[in-house]
Amino acid sequence: MSAVLFDVPGPRARIRHRLYAVIGTAAVVGVIGFVVYRFWVTGQFSAEKWSWPQYEFVQLQLLSALGNTLRAFAFGALFALLFGAIFAAGQLSDHKIIRVPSMLIVELFRAIPLVVMIFMFHYGLSLGAPVYSVVVALTLYNGSVLAEVFRAGVLSLPRGQSEAAYAVGMRKSQVMRLVLLPQAVRAMLPAIISQLVVLLKDSALGFLITYEELLNEAQRIGRAFEFGRPLVPVTIVVGAIYIAMCLLLTWLATYLEKRNRRDKKVIELEKKPAEDVIAAAV
Amino acid sequence: MDVLLDNLDLYGPGFLNTVELFLISAVGSLVLGTLLAMLRVAPVPMLRATGTAYVTLIRNTPLTLVFFFFTFAFPLLEIVTPASFGSAAAYYRNAALAALILYTAAFVCEVVRSGINTVPVGQAEASRALGLTFGQMLASVVLPQAGRAVVPPMMSTMIALLKNTTIAAGFSVFQAGSISLNLSDRGESQLIGLLWIALFFVVLVTPMTLLQRSLEKRWSIAR
Repeated sequence: MSAVLFDVPGPRARIRHRLYAVIGTAAVVGVIGFVVYRFWVTGQFSAEKWSWPQYEFVQLQLLSALGNTLRAFAFGALFALLFGAIFAAGQLSDHKIIRVPSMLIVELFRAIPLVVMIFMFHYGLSLGAPVYSVVVALTLYNGSVLAEVFRAGVLSLPRGQSEAAYAVGMRKSQVMRLVLLPQAVRAMLPAIISQLVVLLKDSALGFLITYEELLNEAQRIGRAFEFGRPLVPVTIVVGAIYIAMCLLLTWLATYLEKRNRRDKKVIELEKKPAEDVIAAAV
Repeated sequence: MDVLLDNLDLYGPGFLNTVELFLISAVGSLVLGTLLAMLRVAPVPMLRATGTAYVTLIRNTPLTLVFFFFTFAFPLLEIVTPASFGSAAAYYRNAALAALILYTAAFVCEVVRSGINTVPVGQAEASRALGLTFGQMLASVVLPQAGRAVVPPMMSTMIALLKNTTIAAGFSVFQAGSISLNLSDRGESQLIGLLWIALFFVVLVTPMTLLQRSLEKRWSIAR
């Protein structure tokens, strides 16, 4: 196997690579060992600091916090997809009156940091319960990004698709609704799901306006003196929950992509914009 | 306008701190991200696995959680204590920088790696067949081509980093995101205060986005 940067290794290179592997392993083991040592010295492994998961009320609180995170995610994702579809169609409109405002709105919401938007809705406009501000801000930001994704997807479809649809007598809205958008969504599925992963992670910003989601709960448990202030263990557990949820979503994306490829109903795009969008999803 | 002019003592340092946080963490994450990308394309499986593990873990963790860890949990490990930075504010600032750098580096790494992967293997094989050394191949064949694929998405990553600096508002670091919280103490309208902050970001981000798009368009034809 020959990669871009490196040729197939010969006998001397193999020895050198083995040396690198040994050095690398030593470095990784060293770092992990140091962290474990610090954990041990500062008593992060003590039974007291890990006693909190045994209590039923803590488990229930954690579950309800997880439910709140998932609720913000579910509503945010649903509305963002809708927002994205509507504004993608708006950006592709033939009428300047619709196209220009759609583009401006999408650009605007992509440029404003999510934190500033959340503050604006929560403190500036006093939307009430934090969940509303979080969902609205998540919708506007991720919806704008998704609008760009949908638009790129529609533009990358072969022109024959819309020409054929017009030829059989469809109207503009029918072409978009029945022919272009469904294909664009299938083609851009990996990019869409990776944006949903971003949305799920960004729901943690609700922490800043005291929305009772996972991170907020982590802080509450972490500060509890009766468990010996287990901030480090709680952060690790909550981090693991987030990583598991995001990986599940990512696996869903790869599974759907594989199934799509087997179905062969996806049209080969003329250019592949999906990978850039995925790489840039921060 | 009054809100901005009356509180220039908040806005000035706030915006400056944001730019400073951005510049330091941009340099830091570019360096660390490139090192990680080197690990991820290394011919040694063990080094590749290390890079992959780091990227997978960090990419799937919310930045807010990384901030949370460095601000609240990390001092408990007593590797460095807030006292060693002189003041709590100095510690929080460095915690924010650490969070931003470690998080963004994972994305920088992915951008660099996918850029290198866009170069066809034949290009490298041809340059090896011509007898170019590794350094020559990298400098005159691979990197010029990879650069075209790297720069536009890298700019998106940096734009995201600039916006992400505002998360520090929740973790006791004074910058643009926390201006509005201080405004409310002065009894000013938060909404107007926040609109000025939003405008600041629109003014900074829009030229970067436009430049990124024109680069993307210009360079995509050349391939």
